[in-house]
Parts: sequence; structure tokens; C-alpha cells
Amino acid sequence: MNIHVPPKERLVVIGNGMAGMRAVEELLKRTPDRYEITVFGAEPHVNYDRILLSSVLAGEKEIDEIVINSRSWYEENGIRLFTGDPIISISGAAHTVTSKNGRVEPYDRLLVATGSRPIVPPIPGLNLQGVCTFRDIADIEQMIDASTRHAKAIVIGGGLLGLEAANGLLRRGMNVAVVHLMDTLMERQLDHQAGKLLQRELDERGINFFMNGQTEEIFGATQVEGVRLADGREVPGNLVVMAIGIRPNTDLARAADLEINRGIVVHDDMRSSDPDIFAVGECAEHRGMTYGLVAPLYEMAKVCADHLAGDAHKSSYTGSVLATKLKVTGVDLFSAGNFSGGEDCGEMTYHDTTGQVYKKLVMREGRVEGVVLYGDVTDSGWYLELLRNKEDVAAFKDAILFGQAIVAAMGKIKPVGVEDLPDNYQICGCNGVSKGTIVQTILDKGLSTLAEVRAHSKASASCGSCTGLVEGLLAATLGDAFCKAKEPGMCRCTEHTHDEVRRQIIEQELKTIPRVMSALSWSTPDGCHSCRPALNFYLLCAWPGEYVDDAQSRFINERAHANIQKDGTFSVIPRMWGGTTSAKELRAIADVVDKHTIPTVKITGGQRIDMLGVRKDQLPAVWRELNEAGLVSGHAYGKALRTVKTCVGSEWCRFGTQDSTAMGIALEKMTWGSWHPHKVKLAVSGCPRNCAEATIKDFGVVAIESGWELHVGGNGGIKVRATDLLCKVATEAEVLEYCAAFLQLYREEARYLERTAPWIERVGLDYVKGRIVRDAAGRKLLQDRFLYSQQFFQQDPWEERARGETQPAEFRALATVDS
Amino acid sequence: MSGSDCLGGWRDVGLIDDIPKLGARVVATARGNVAVFRTADDEIFALDDRCPHKGGPLSQGIVHGTYVTCPLHNWVINLPTGEAVAPDQGCTRKVPVQIRDRRVFLNPAFTTILPAGSVGWARKRRGAAR
Repeated sequence: MNIHVPPKERLVVIGNGMAGMRAVEELLKRTPDRYEITVFGAEPHVNYDRILLSSVLAGEKEIDEIVINSRSWYEENGIRLFTGDPIISISGAAHTVTSKNGRVEPYDRLLVATGSRPIVPPIPGLNLQGVCTFRDIADIEQMIDASTRHAKAIVIGGGLLGLEAANGLLRRGMNVAVVHLMDTLMERQLDHQAGKLLQRELDERGINFFMNGQTEEIFGATQVEGVRLADGREVPGNLVVMAIGIRPNTDLARAADLEINRGIVVHDDMRSSDPDIFAVGECAEHRGMTYGLVAPLYEMAKVCADHLAGDAHKSSYTGSVLATKLKVTGVDLFSAGNFSGGEDCGEMTYHDTTGQVYKKLVMREGRVEGVVLYGDVTDSGWYLELLRNKEDVAAFKDAILFGQAIVAAMGKIKPVGVEDLPDNYQICGCNGVSKGTIVQTILDKGLSTLAEVRAHSKASASCGSCTGLVEGLLAATLGDAFCKAKEPGMCRCTEHTHDEVRRQIIEQELKTIPRVMSALSWSTPDGCHSCRPALNFYLLCAWPGEYVDDAQSRFINERAHANIQKDGTFSVIPRMWGGTTSAKELRAIADVVDKHTIPTVKITGGQRIDMLGVRKDQLPAVWRELNEAGLVSGHAYGKALRTVKTCVGSEWCRFGTQDSTAMGIALEKMTWGSWHPHKVKLAVSGCPRNCAEATIKDFGVVAIESGWELHVGGNGGIKVRATDLLCKVATEAEVLEYCAAFLQLYREEARYLERTAPWIERVGLDYVKGRIVRDAAGRKLLQDRFLYSQQFFQQDPWEERARGETQPAEFRALATVDS
Repeated sequence: MSGSDCLGGWRDVGLIDDIPKLGARVVATARGNVAVFRTADDEIFALDDRCPHKGGPLSQGIVHGTYVTCPLHNWVINLPTGEAVAPDQGCTRKVPVQIRDRRVFLNPAFTTILPAGSVGWARKRRGAAR
């Protein structure tokens, strides 16, 4: 029997980017077999999430992590993919396209998704080495490469794209200048006030702004050396990133005689002037609008897929409400709709200058017309919903600026847990995924992790800013099953997380390790080597002066106050305040080394002297002799304050601006003896040359003419992390105050064995700034708690043990037998 | 503590209370250090003070339940048997110990037969660190 199979229709897609491939994905969902699909892409890659290029540049993601569809996906769906082979002409009459490599491909339907091109103004110097745009993977690679070879970068353009580029280069350790034509940043998305707040924040992070700057020339011999502005200013730099804006890429369509205005003109069904040719994405112009954000592209992709699938009656595209977020970690910013107001419009603003929060709603006839949020974007989803639905908000207008939770608490609207949201509430703006779709996907596919939900529903898979909501939906849908999957317990002895255990210690006033274990139902009689040291720290941190330290729950180094070596001997490192020493101390060390025939003496990375190969039974005598010269324990063995490294500073150095050594000694005198979740290292540099390497320390201080810069969260270990700038202060007293507060916050809130670097990455720099910089009263309280705790811990553990008063048995053999 | 009280090879090395609970003390013998452990329930165990992995001093580890964790690389050793807890493999020599009137007696010269599969020191470690 012969079954007649009609030949498949041929769909050719020009452009392997986000819009084109999303349209193909949507089409496959509707009708997987109708078309034989061929895709041409100009870039040599599979399709990837262009939005996340800024995260790759900032070092937060790898290239592999932003791939949307791998080659196997194309194969599995029977899609022929030609990468690195752009189409160079379309023949509407012949229904064919021709590629650069000479391939002629016939089509029944053609989808043009050629995206956009960076705008590059015709200025001299564009051909110099080190000039690039910020559009694709090749650009990012060039920028990352430049960041390893050059120190200074210039970004031309202070819009969304430019600022993300600037932030990324800053995170890569470059000194970054931004040249912007206007006097406000992101003027297309932000009003003047929010723009200024953003500029101040980025300025504090270290970006230099050249506002009202028209770039006239890029200069240099072969490599870029800088740019010259029309008003005569010169900005030095060896990398220039052009990020002025984008322009729809319409060359092909224009040559094929399609109707072009700014973009390829499309109707509500996404058809161009040729009914067999569709266009979606940044290259398309719909009702006079072109779009450069992802959400409208995805909306277009859906409509286009409906029409390609023959569900023509179903849908039409009517334009999008634009909403923007800036992907700069720690900067919370949102804008949507008409935020600049106009006739018949009113404005409501809330501006908390202490907390750096700014909110503005543009209102018209009792409805929200536009939104700008800075510093607190919790309610962005709600405002956007009110805006999109043109809801009448007159009933709660007075409180609307305080956010959804307050309005709900006043009984003006229904309460708003994530479970209370309506099913059609759009959770993921980028991908247009509603709450109902997410919940249904979780249930249908039996999903239990965020990664799975992203894979199956796309929710939170693009810019990621709705991740919290999606997790909330997972939790609400799965109940306890999700909580367990999400955070493992402290160790095998308990299901409670570190944070939960700490909370219970305070709430239930648990003050011994056995009490914690019984109150929280530990599964082992006395814990393990992992949880006991953690509990010991949590208890001494929570109850200073009350908790009796449990030596048997300390790792040997902290129990013996020396560092165990591979052969079972120990190393002894006395404290050297701020890295300073004296002839008397050095003589005492030399005598101890001679007397006890200590095999190795070494200078440590933290500016101290290490005596290695001391037997445990020798420790008390060694300590006694060091004590006699005034030397005390350096805590080089502990999850504790280790060293305060310093440079010589203004006392001797011809460049020094402040007395960094004295500052370092003062810091060490304040902080020595403090126990922490992990080791803590400080440094003080006397000028921005930073010889003490303060920017890879947990708390680094760098002197500047007007005072001190305070840096936090650096690490020079396995994973090098440069510090984040916390703030600048004027006086030594402030340095001490901020340092004490910062260390206490870390002590109270980080998890055991979590260094400051991962802790800050976890909680966010902005949170730390909120607690330490913006909350002056809270900072004082933290400082008070730190200093209160210190009165119990600033006793030299060596002295107590050298006198034989503490742990006398620890350093002696139980017995010696002769057989 | 004399260590000289001799009783058929058994040596009195001191009182139970000389060893901290959830801790250990070392007894120096002609054939090397022996670690004597005391659990929370006053059980006493004695092993050669050498981890089967890299010879780390087990007496310096954290004692939990009837286990000790080696201070060098966190191998966990079962005190009653001297064997490493899976996925690690290896065994430390047990030293006979007994308690009379809260006094601890060791028989360090007594040679126990090593269980099968424990010949030699370290075995290659499988899997990730604990």
C-alpha cells in the first residue's frame, strides 16, 4: 500500500539568535513536523543568551553556561544549522536565499531575525587596535583579553549596555572610564533623579564618569591610547568599547525590497510586506516601534509561531510595555512605561536619601502609567502588572508607593504570598511565563529543582531576576519536599542548616553543645568532626563570657594553639603587631630556636616569623621563653584574626599619605584574639600603590589623601577575589569602628568555614553596605558587640598554657613504657 | 604515672580521668606512640598513633561516638576495630587495653593479627573528601 506523504514545507531562518530560535522553539511546540527547518547564523556558535554576555564579562558566568540550545538540540529536532555562514541575499521572487559560502536555499516561508548592529559613529581612530563593540562573543573575548593586558578601559555610552560593559571590565580589575553624551545615565530608562543615584553608586565602585562628553577622536599609534572629547578633555585608555546603542540590521531586507522604515516593517501577524517573509526581534519595526529588550522579542516569537503553524486566528501582536532592569550585581534598578510623564500626568515619588531608595510612579487618570525604582525593586512585578492591566488604583493610591505588602496589610488588596498570585500573573518577564504555566510544569513533569524548572518552562532562565519568585513557587507547590532538596543540613548529624541552628541557639537560649544536640535532635550521640567545631564557634559567638569553650570540639590547631605539620610536629608563630618587630624580639626568637634546636625558621606571607618542627611537648617551654620577651600567640593556627599586614606608610615612605603602620597596629590591637567562622586577614596600605596588598584581604584599608578607603571580601587563596569597596572614611576612629562592625557581622552571620569572599558573594555587597555603611546605629551596635566579646578573648592562650594552668595534660604524654 | 607496674605484659598507664572525655592521650612505648582514647561513655580504646593514610597522629584528632577523625586529612577511624570508615580503606594496629578500678592498663607488646586487606599503610582513597 502506498501512502502519499506530502513533502514538508521549507522554513528558512536567517539569524541564529534569541528571537529567531525562540520562534523556532515555539513553532516546534505547536507543530513539530510541519516544516523542514534550516537556520543560518553569522556567528560560529550555537545560539546563546546574549543578555547574559554582561555576566560572562563580569566573570559571573562561563560561555558554556549561556548556551540556550546545543548542537544536539538542532539534530534532535531535525534542524539543519549553518553557523558562520551569513545569508547575503534574499530573492522574494524566486523564494530562495543565498549564503556567503554560495549555498542557495529555497524556502516556502522565510523568517528574518537578523537582530541589530551596534551604532558606531564615524570618528577618527576606529581602526586602532583595542577598539571594539559590545554585541557578541567575539567582542567579549576581546574585552576579557584586553583586561589581562591593559589597565585602563574607556566605555563610550552610559546607557544600559555601556554600564554593563563598564561594570564587567571593572570586575575584571580594569580602571574604567565612561564617556556619556548626556548629563544623566540611562536617560532612556531613568529619570534624572534615579540616573544621579545610579551614577553616585557606580562612582563609589570606582567608575570614572565623563558626562556631557562628545567623543571626537580615538587616538593612538597602533594601539588605542585614549579618546579626545569635543570640549578638549582627554581620557587615557588602551581599550575602547563603543556602546552607544543599536540599530536594526535591515540590509538584507532592504536589498530584497521589503518595506523598511527604521526596521523591517511588520504587521500584527509578524509578516513583512512580503506575506511569505516574517520578521521578529530587534530587526523588526511594529507600529512605528523597534525593540531592543528581550521580552518583546519573545512575545513576537510566539505570535510568529502561531501564524507559521497556521493558527492564524489565534493571535496578533499589539506591542509591548517596556520594562528594564540593569544587570549590574548589587544595583537594583527598574523602569517601565512612560516614566517621564507629560500632560494630564501626575507624579508620586518616595526618596529615602539615607537608605538610597528612590521610587517614582507616573499616574494618569487613576492608573499607573510609568515606574522608576532604584535601590528597592521588590514591587517591580506588581507595578508592572498594574501598568499592563491598566488597573484602577484610586482605592489605594495613598499607600501605593509603600509597596504591595503594605497595601495588602491595610486590607486594600488581597494578600500577596506567591501562592496568592493569580494564575495569569507573569512571573518571568523575559520569557513571558505565567505563574499557572510554571506550577503546571512543576506538577506535570515532577520537577523539584530550579534548574529543572528553568529547563522545562524557561522561567528565570534569561536575566534571572525572577529566580526568587520561581523558587517561591517551587516551595509552595512542593511543600517540604523542596526545602529539603534546597539546603542540605550542617552535616550528616542533623538536617538543620547552619543558619537554622544559629537561629535556634539564640531563640532557645542554648548554651552548651549537648543542649544544642538534644534540643535539635542530633542523630549522633556527640556529633562529628564537622559539626562540633562549628557549634563551638556559634556558641562562643552567641554567648561571649558565658559559654565555656569546649577544647575537645576544637580542631587540634586551636586546641594546642599551634599549627600541626605533616609529621605531627607543630609550627609556632608569634604575633608581630602590624608586621613590626625589634632587636629584643628577634634575639628571643633566635635564642629559642637555638635552645630547642628548631629545624626551620621562615618568614610567612603575613609578615611574621614561623618556627617549624617543634614537638608538642616542647610547646609550653617555647611559649614561656617567647612570652618573656613580650611575644604572644599570633593565632596563625586558628579560625581567627590572623595578621594585619602593613606597608611602612608616611613615617618613612616618600609616597605614603597616611601612617599605615600605626593604623595596622591599632587594628591588630583591637581585633587580635577574635574567633571567626574562618581565618581573617587584614592589611593597611599607606597610599593607593597598595604595597600591603590590601585588596585581596578580608578587610583591607587603603590610605588616600582625604582619609581611608575600606575594602572587604578579598581573598588571595585558591580562588583569587579582589575586594569590593565598602566606603571611604575620614578618620582612624572610623576605620576601627567600621572594621569592628564588619567583623562582627561576619562572625554573626557567615556559616562556619565560609570566608568573607564567598559570604559576601552569597549575601551581596549591598546587604553588607546596608548594615555597615547606611545603618549608622546598627553599625555602632555591631561594634559594641564586637568589643564586648573581645574582653573575654584577648588573653594570650600561650601564657595560660606556659604557666601550666590550662590544659596541663594536653602537652604531656600520659605515660612512658619501656616495651 | 610510673608505667612500671608490670602484670603479665600489662602496663598501668594511669587513671581514666587523666584522659579527657572525647579526647586522647599518648603513651610513649619502645615501638612508637600509642593513642589511648576515651569516649563520652568512658569507653577506652588504644591504637597505634598513626593514621593508615599518611601516618598522622590520631591522638590529636576529634573523637566522636566511637570514632576519631585524623587531624591531617580527615580520615575517620573506627576505634574498636582500627579500620578506616569507607570509602577510605586501611587499618591501624589495635593495642590491647583494659580497665581495673578506673586505672588503664595497656599491653603494647602484644601483637594483634591484622585483619585481611589491611596490609601496608595507605590505600588509595576513593570518592570525594568527607
